[in-house]
Amino acid sequence: MSGGLDGPAPEERPTPDGRRNSQGIRIDPEAEAEPEARRVVLSALVKHEPGVLASVSGLFRRRQFNIESLTVGPTTDQDRARITLEIEEPDPGIEQAKKQLQKLVPVIAVTELEPDAIRRELALIKVDGSAPDQVGAVAEMYDGKTVDVSQESVTVEITGSEQKIDAAIETFGRFGIHEIVRTGTAALERGTRRTT
Amino acid sequence: MSERTTKQRETDADESTEADASDASPTTVTSGATSTVRALENAGIEVMFGVQGGAIMPVYDALWGSDIDHVMMAHEQGAAHAADAYNVVSGQPGVCLATSGPGATNLVTGIADANMDSDAVVALTGQVPQTMVGSDAFQETDTTGITAPITKNNYFASDADTVGDTVGEAVALAGSGRPGPTLVDLPKDVTNDETDREPGMPQTPETYTPQDEADEAAVDRAAAAIETAERPLLLFGGGVVKAEASEAARSFATGYEIPVVTTMPGIGTMPEDHDLCLSWAGMHGTGYANMAINHTDLLIAVGTRFDDRLTGGIETFAPEADVVHVDIDPAEISKNIHADYPLIGDAGRVLEQLDDAISTAPNAEAWREQCRTWKVEYPMDYAAPDDEPLKPQFVVEALDEATSDEAIVTSGVGQHQMWASQYWTFREPRKWISSHGLGTMGYGLPAAIGARLAADPDEEVVCIDGDGSFLMTVQELSVAVREDLDITVAILNNEYIGMVRQWQDAFFEGRHMAAGYSWIPEFDKLAEAFGARGWRVDDYDEVADAVEEALAYDGPSVIDFHIDPAENVYPMVPSGGANDKFALSEEQL
Repeated sequence: MSGGLDGPAPEERPTPDGRRNSQGIRIDPEAEAEPEARRVVLSALVKHEPGVLASVSGLFRRRQFNIESLTVGPTTDQDRARITLEIEEPDPGIEQAKKQLQKLVPVIAVTELEPDAIRRELALIKVDGSAPDQVGAVAEMYDGKTVDVSQESVTVEITGSEQKIDAAIETFGRFGIHEIVRTGTAALERGTRRTT
Repeated sequence: MSERTTKQRETDADESTEADASDASPTTVTSGATSTVRALENAGIEVMFGVQGGAIMPVYDALWGSDIDHVMMAHEQGAAHAADAYNVVSGQPGVCLATSGPGATNLVTGIADANMDSDAVVALTGQVPQTMVGSDAFQETDTTGITAPITKNNYFASDADTVGDTVGEAVALAGSGRPGPTLVDLPKDVTNDETDREPGMPQTPETYTPQDEADEAAVDRAAAAIETAERPLLLFGGGVVKAEASEAARSFATGYEIPVVTTMPGIGTMPEDHDLCLSWAGMHGTGYANMAINHTDLLIAVGTRFDDRLTGGIETFAPEADVVHVDIDPAEISKNIHADYPLIGDAGRVLEQLDDAISTAPNAEAWREQCRTWKVEYPMDYAAPDDEPLKPQFVVEALDEATSDEAIVTSGVGQHQMWASQYWTFREPRKWISSHGLGTMGYGLPAAIGARLAADPDEEVVCIDGDGSFLMTVQELSVAVREDLDITVAILNNEYIGMVRQWQDAFFEGRHMAAGYSWIPEFDKLAEAFGARGWRVDDYDEVADAVEEALAYDGPSVIDFHIDPAENVYPMVPSGGANDKFALSEEQL
């Protein structure tokens, strides 16, 4: 095939020493490794209108951000809703997720919450009903509540951190869990700090 | 202009003498559809491109008597591309119109194209009445759902009283900040419903507040880095064109004597024959631009998103450079390439800020000399022996030679696009109109239609197309003939999907699977069948006459240049490779 051009061949050209990592950051290849992912909670105040949740979830899918949980609900202002997302990404990915989220026109503000922010999740756990007293005792241990009892099953409500709920589910496991449902994280800054 | 619209305008003129002279509006708003049209008029829209259909009929009806010209396209994809090119040439939002269902889905390619290239395109789509939405009605599709990821924002209009303001917002938003496509889905009940609410002037949403000026402290830090750089390099992207910042960019480059490379959408921001200009960088960019990128110690990037066709492999991109990144979209900062000096703001404004903050020009004479040496070492040249088939580069140069500096060039996507951008010397922005980010074959012909309607009459519009690209949207030739548009289509015909064939040669051991056409139409005759003029050119000695005749013909013309089918595009940075390891021939891949 034709179409060649004149000039020194690739191997005859001087090669620069530098290098970047996959985030496009210039690095010393000897010293620096790829950044590690960390888990953060993002809170987005959005216009309360149809399609916003689809836009947000579509954005995270399309850009392949690693999303751990997503919750949405109204605020005291009926025109605004709050979306709370947990993501696990290296720092450049977290920054990019925040900026892409902020860029959506119906998104009013985005905050990355402090590590000590109040985080709560709710779970309903339906366990086998053959030992209701023991189930009740375990529920109490996790500050939970028995919310439904039938001949076959006992349903317990637990709120708390993700770790606490993981632990509760593991403990209830010995009774036999029929089914569970979890909400994902709701989170708010502590004290006088504003969430958004 | 079509006879219908002209007649209607005369009627309006007659009536207006009898109408209340105190009322500046030709009509009052009576329906959601008239409100929609009024909003477009308020936004200064002069022309729109579309295709009729059931759910959009009320809007079309409201256009009867409007001063907005409507160009009836052959296919909705053509409408979107025409609107896109109209925007790139004029800087004004391009508007396209389609019905629900297939009308809307046919727009999708053009909307995605505009989204990738940050072009201000407004799409208005018909929709089934709201009572039928969700019932899988005839020609119903989830248009806002489908287009959400490829629009800057989209809207589902739900009320005749507010539809005009929504359309106004869509137009205003498309053109402000970092431009991009917007869409308004218009259910038929909304456009048919009565309203007497006049839409206000177009306004962007309250929550949309692009930043104009960069942080002063950040500007000072970047300025200090520029003053002390030894091998500074400017990289101008399409954002410089969008921000109307080409003049500011040029005076920055010449004032501090900093060499310039551009991205492909940034072509024309710096005159390509200027001593400081190294032309465009990237996969098929010049060798000297790519050498400069990989040896600079300070890359000053303005209005670019560091697309992979520019960067090649991230690890080896500008590996010695700190990066100053000027962009109006914060999400582009450190998205692909980490910015050591992020400057968020309008390109022209930030360049002014930098100019104010810099006290001494960088001392870079040795670097400029190095760049000049690379220009000599890696010349953009080709051999065109008489005993070989016609070379495409020769055709591009002949067209460039025969046209004025004001000429506008559109293209499809593939080898012809690369030859056109390599061998045409662009001196001004908004002259190179192509599908950059999405790489949409078939863009060129409808883009030429949009460009023609945006351009001044004395600016020639040339579409350099490929045989494959031309076949994808050839039906739009009927529009060019009907509207009597003076455009010249030059097909670089190698009877191949040429870029695919080139990759098959390089990376698939020459297996030309589904790349060659075993039969292809005679495009000169096809042009004549459409009512355009056609020429066929096989040899060097026929080029000049055909070009002259086609350019002189006052209407659509098509020249079918049968070029060397074996010719490939070089230089070439293999996908994901280092920019400075471009191949100059197939043997080097």
